[in-house]
Amino acid sequence: MSLWKHHEHVEKNSILLLILILITVSIGGIVEIVPLYTIESTIEEVEGVRPYSPLELAGRNIYIREGCYSCHSQQVRPFRDEVERYGHYSLAAESMYDHPFQWGSKRTGPDLARVGGKYSDEWHVAHMIEPQAVVPESIMPPYRFLIEKELRHDDIADHLRANRAVGVPYTDEMIENAVADLRAQANPELGIDGLLERYPNAHAANFDGNPRVVTEMDALVAYLQILGRMVDFSQYEVEDLIQ
Amino acid sequence: MVESSREMPTSSDRNSAPEPATTGHSWDGIEEYNKPLPKWWLYVLYATIVWSIGYYVFYPSWPWANGYLRGVLGYNQRVELEQTMVAAREAQGALLASIDAAELPEIQADPDLRTFAVAGGKTAFADNCAPCHGPGGGGQVGYPSLADDDWIWGGSLEEIHQTLLYGVRFGHDESRISEMPAFGAMLERAEINAVAEYVLSLSGQDHDAAMVEEGSAVFADNCAACHGEKGDGIRELGAPSLADSIWLYGGDKNSIVRQVTQPRHGVMPAWIDRLDPVTIKMLTVYVHSLGGGE
Repeated sequence: MSLWKHHEHVEKNSILLLILILITVSIGGIVEIVPLYTIESTIEEVEGVRPYSPLELAGRNIYIREGCYSCHSQQVRPFRDEVERYGHYSLAAESMYDHPFQWGSKRTGPDLARVGGKYSDEWHVAHMIEPQAVVPESIMPPYRFLIEKELRHDDIADHLRANRAVGVPYTDEMIENAVADLRAQANPELGIDGLLERYPNAHAANFDGNPRVVTEMDALVAYLQILGRMVDFSQYEVEDLIQ
Repeated sequence: MVESSREMPTSSDRNSAPEPATTGHSWDGIEEYNKPLPKWWLYVLYATIVWSIGYYVFYPSWPWANGYLRGVLGYNQRVELEQTMVAAREAQGALLASIDAAELPEIQADPDLRTFAVAGGKTAFADNCAPCHGPGGGGQVGYPSLADDDWIWGGSLEEIHQTLLYGVRFGHDESRISEMPAFGAMLERAEINAVAEYVLSLSGQDHDAAMVEEGSAVFADNCAACHGEKGDGIRELGAPSLADSIWLYGGDKNSIVRQVTQPRHGVMPAWIDRLDPVTIKMLTVYVHSLGGGE
């Protein structure tokens, strides 16, 4: 208890106080931060997770711009009710290229982590234009303007570069072809071999039915259609996913 | 004059309270009262510290070197989920296993299995199918009704099952595919107009009788190969009947002209990679039960 008797000395000596505070705070910081660099079990080892294609990335930016995360989460938690409804629980690996991740914390609408492939492109477009047209009980606001708004994509390569700067493995080839890949995904007639080679499993289509203009609707639907589809869960047993 | 509604305490009131003890510290003549935390609060704090030590021992807790402390119970949320799922399956036990093992007609024939399958299918339908086909499978423009007997790809158990497994125009190797050509680029406007009048006549709607003959010839040349000579549809080709009052994209003249000129092609996802086989079987039986099962 002798330490307690010295606290007057510590409190009256500001340099000593400062040094002791620094030491105390560092311990807390080191315990929390160092394992992030040393732990090998944070991200599951699964195949299939790839960086977003340029069009998907642009759609993701619109998803963030419109604040979709305010009402939709992207994280299926490992509980029976969620797994029965949405599908396999989300893995850390599935959002390792998300900057920032879109896990969300509130579900006014349903979780979207596995929405990819669940509905047709046509449904998504109709639903964005007027949600109540396809789901009468929905309270989602309409996003009709997305189909009228041309997608700005002359800077898409910079978005890829920015993601590469924070660790997403975009290659030089991906960055060089970013604009072409973006246009091809919204209009498959332009040729999608290169796109599919660089971004396996990408879904290319005339999402909004208008191949001449790449709209924000194209981008958002392309993004929604890849969500949760990168990992083939039939390959994995629960033991493979336990860290 | 406004009187103050409250009496301000006088200095003598304040000083009448007993003087609290001080910590004995004095900084430039300023003393510090000793106001310890409430005992109940402190004991709760101590209790949580003791609890946390127990938690560290039994449950996964601290990050550690290249892993983490796993706790003596070996608890893992994903394993727990797996056990919950297995337990749930076992609780539904015999019925699920029977559905898994049985052929669709056997499920249909067994009242217990059928009741269970319809109930299970209804739940799965509400989340996965109702957004397009509507609650109860009533359908809407662009998404066919599943509650009538006007089937595009067939309404037997086997045919419904096939559609559910692989979808329509979904890109799966086994997906059902049909593609109506865009006749806007192949026929004159007058021909499209005439054939639309003829199609209206097939379902007994008001039409221009003078154009039926021409329309009938256009139909025979261009449409009958898929929709049948009488326009009652050919399921093997996924060509819907045009001779009834059930329409996928609308049955008024404008809708018919639009569909002939620049057809829309709906897509239904394949569910084989998304839902388990038992759920798909239950959905099949449920959809079959909606009213139009064959």
